[in-house]
Formats: sequence, C-alpha cells, structure tokens
Amino acid sequence: MPNPSLQQTRSPVPPALAGRSTGAAVLPTSVRVQQVVQVFEPGGPPVLDRIDLDVGPGEFVCLLGASGCGKSTLLSLIAGLATPTSGCIEVTVGRPALMFQEPALLPWLTAAGNVELALRARGVGRRERRTAAERLLELVNLAGQGRKRVHELSGGMRQRVALARALAQYSQLLLMDEPFAALDAITRDALHEELTRLWAEQGLSIVFVTHNVREAVRLGQRVLLMSSRPGRIVREWQVELSQPRAIESPGVSALATEITGHLRAEIRRHAR
Amino acid sequence: MPADQPGRTAGGPALDDNRVDSRTFEAGLDALDAPPALPPRPGPWTVFVRSVLPPIIAAAAFFGLWQLAYQAHLKPKYALPSPGEVLDTLVEMISDGRAWEAVATSVSRGALGFLASVVIGTLLGLAMWRSGWLRRAIGPFISGLMSLPSVAWVPAAIIWFSLTDATIYTVVLLGAVPSIANGLLAGFDQVPPLLQKVGRVLGLGSFGRVRHVLLPAALPGYLAGLKQGWAFSWRSLMAAELIAYSPVLGIGLGQQLAIGRDLSQMDLVITAILLILVVGVAIELLVFAPLERRVLRTRGLTADRRP
Repeated sequence: MPNPSLQQTRSPVPPALAGRSTGAAVLPTSVRVQQVVQVFEPGGPPVLDRIDLDVGPGEFVCLLGASGCGKSTLLSLIAGLATPTSGCIEVTVGRPALMFQEPALLPWLTAAGNVELALRARGVGRRERRTAAERLLELVNLAGQGRKRVHELSGGMRQRVALARALAQYSQLLLMDEPFAALDAITRDALHEELTRLWAEQGLSIVFVTHNVREAVRLGQRVLLMSSRPGRIVREWQVELSQPRAIESPGVSALATEITGHLRAEIRRHAR
Repeated sequence: MPADQPGRTAGGPALDDNRVDSRTFEAGLDALDAPPALPPRPGPWTVFVRSVLPPIIAAAAFFGLWQLAYQAHLKPKYALPSPGEVLDTLVEMISDGRAWEAVATSVSRGALGFLASVVIGTLLGLAMWRSGWLRRAIGPFISGLMSLPSVAWVPAAIIWFSLTDATIYTVVLLGAVPSIANGLLAGFDQVPPLLQKVGRVLGLGSFGRVRHVLLPAALPGYLAGLKQGWAFSWRSLMAAELIAYSPVLGIGLGQQLAIGRDLSQMDLVITAILLILVVGVAIELLVFAPLERRVLRTRGLTADRRP
C-alpha cells in the first residue's frame, strides 16, 4: 500500500500483487520498489518481473546482471523517466540524480556551464551558481578546468564533469547506469576511488548498475544479481569488506569469483 | 591541482595521504589522457599563402585563359569581349552609380525576402515538428518544393501579381522557405535522445528543455538550413529579376542582365554575372562562414578546435 506520508508515489499497487513486503520495511528508505512489473508490449513477456528493492539512506547498492535483465529499465523507472506497468516505486528523497554510460554533457557549454545548468534547473541564482559549480568541480578533482569545452576533456574527465553535474542536483539519491563501462581500466580505477570517497563524504544513497562483477564487489555494500528475461532479483550478497577496497584485493576477487559462478549459471539457462 | 602543494585544498584542512595519492594519480591521468594542446595559431603570412593565394592564382589563370580565347578569336568580338573591356565596363558602372544601384536594389530585396523566409520557414518547421500529422501531410511537398527550381514560379507569379515587387518576393519565398523549414526539422531530428533525457533528469521544465537543450542542440542543422535558404533566395531573386523586368521595379542585378541581353552587350552581361557572384561569395564569407565556424568550433566539430 502506498504510504501517504511518502513524497512520491508513481503507481498504485494493484490489489492482486500487493501484500508482499521485505523485512526492512520499518527502516527509513531512500527508495522503495515494490512488486514492480514492466511490460513493453501489451501481452508480451515482462522485462521486469515483481521486483522488490529497498535502498536505505547512505546505502551503496549494485545491480548486477547480463544483457537483457532490465537493470537499466529499472533505473529509469526509479528516475521517473518511465512509469511501471504495475507495482509501486517510492522515492522519499526528491528527484534522483542519474548518470549514464555516456557523459551526456551538452557540447555547446563549458564544463562549468554543464554543472551550472543543473543548478539553474533548481533555481539557484547566477552568482551562486558560479561559485557552487567551481566547488563541485573541485570535488571531482577538476579545479580550474571549468572553462574547458567538452571536446577538450578526456573521457574520464568528461565522466567526472557528469558526476559533478549529478552532484549539483543535491539529491540524496544517485542512480548510475554503467557509468564507467566505456572507460579504460586505469581511469575506471581512479573513478572508483573518487566515487567511494564522494559516497562516504556526501552521505549519498547510490544504486549502481553494472555488468562488471568485480566493479560491483569493489563498490557496493550490497550486490544484487538479476536474472534475464524476465528480469528478477535472484540473489543478494552483503559485501563485508571495508572501504577503501582495491579491485585486485583477495577479498574482492574471492567474492567476485563466487558471484561470477552464479551469473554464469543464470546465463547458461538461456542456452538453446 | 598544482603538484607542488599536494596537501592543500582551497581553504580546507590538510588531506590524508590516500586522498593526496588519488588526487595526484588522477591529475597525472588527466595530463596523459586530455586531448593534446592545439598547435599555435598560424601567422598572417601562413594564412595568406595557405587560404588566400590559391583562389587568387585560380582566378588569374581563369582570366589568362579568357584573354587567350579572346586573342584566338574563338568567338566574334561582340560575343566574347576581353577581360579588359569588361573591367572598363565595371569601372564605368561603378563610377556612374549603376553598379551600386543594382547591388543595393538586389541585396535589399534579397535580405528582406530572406528575413521573411526565415520567419515563415522557422514557424512552419516548428509547427511540423510539433505535429507529426502535419509533418507527414506536407513534409513530402516541402521536400518536393526544394527540388523544384523556383524560376518555375515566375510565370504564375506574374499572372497573379503582374510586374510588382509581390511577384519577386513570392518567388523568393517559395525558393527559400522549404530549405529553412527542412533545416530546422533536420536540426531537431539530430538532437540525441540522450541529451533530451538529460534535460528531464536535471528537472528542467518543458520551456527550459526547449531553451537550454533542444534549440542549442538543433542549431547546427538550423544554420545549415539558413545557409541553403539564403543561397536559394539569392538564386530565385536573380531568376525573378531577369524575367520580371519592368521600369517600375527598379533595376537590380537580374535586370542588368536583362538589359545586357536586350542590347546584345556582352560586357554588360558578364559584369552583371561577376557582380552576382561577388555578392553571393561576400555574404557567404562575411555572414554565414563565421557563424558556422563559431558554432562548430565550440562543439569541437571541426578539425580546427580553436575556441
């Protein structure tokens, strides 16, 4: 049942599907996804099938799955870019910020201009925007680079500008859709460090979608494995390793090996 | 982050070692990965030799060949005057004011017709973009109009409006409006869906999304449409002036052509052609080229990425 005290309720729970709830229901959550089903063509197979997901304040959750598991679809549902066919999504912390695989910066604006646009959308005044953008760029180690155009930045720098723009939304909830998948391994490593630091400093809740098992274990407090066609959450791991973790550390490797086994088993089901 | 003061942020406390390490690591990566700095801007002499000299040489070669053809008597003198005679005619027309009058008449007509086309074409493009039905309905005809030489409208326009300015503007509008409307549509179509998504994620309203995302993103396509629209309106104008020739219409460049034809004065005809060419090139070089260069450069869409 949608709780009237929650700020955003996008879709009512159909009575037939209502009634299941996770054990963490009493704790405050940033996002609560309940029994979400997403079907693209009427009568067609569901892309997402009865997804339940709670993300607590300050929690870092990684959604892991092969292609076609609907992890990106789930993220755009949480971001409010689409409405679920049934089920209910409650975001209690206002409009979430969303990062894509591509930086998706506006190429006619400078780095600072891109960050400032997010501030402008929130109604921040001109002078305040300038100083805030400068501070946000410094936060992602891009101090003094604000005047550069997008094409003058490397891939990693662009993705950090995109991160600064997402932070400029001052949302408690950051949704990330394979944000580092297009970067080389060294740059990705740097951005993992950057992200874990910002997550701890800013007290963000993060939902991070990836198909990279080590990345999921490197970053998340919780790793959720999704099956494909239909997308379901099939398994969950708590990552007890302390941050900062190194992606090549034995702890990360061991858990990644275990999860990879399950991921491959999931994928094998689709053979034939 | 300057490497010589690794432990300090602006006004902040000293950072721990891990943070310093990752900062300098990232600064190193940025220095290695960032696109290389641009080569220094070439000096005026290099620019002259590289961009200005070649067309001058080509023009000189053209006039040389022309002079040779004249001396070889390929055509009778009245049909092929020498470059020198044409130059004399040009100087004469400039000194007695006929050249200025013709250029001023045509350019002001062209500019007015083009501005009207911009307004109409832009509104039409917007309407077609907003309404898919309208676009499906009239889109094929707009594209068809682009391949129809607008000179084909001249007889119809003369029958409707007789020999008035309305005839000329009708032809110019029919020539330019389709290009501009189609250019705007092409610009909108090329806006990456991801950027439109960004506008929604950032929480911009529908007006904000149009103003901050859609319009700037569509600008290169729109500009290309405007440029083509100008070329079409200038050509249509010349065609209209050449045919709709009457004392009440004033004497533009097209009418100069008609006078030359009627008097069998080839030097006058060639002078008018040269003036039409010069005006076209000048508008391209002075108005559209700088605009386009600026738009493309800021987006890193040219080989020359200087801001």
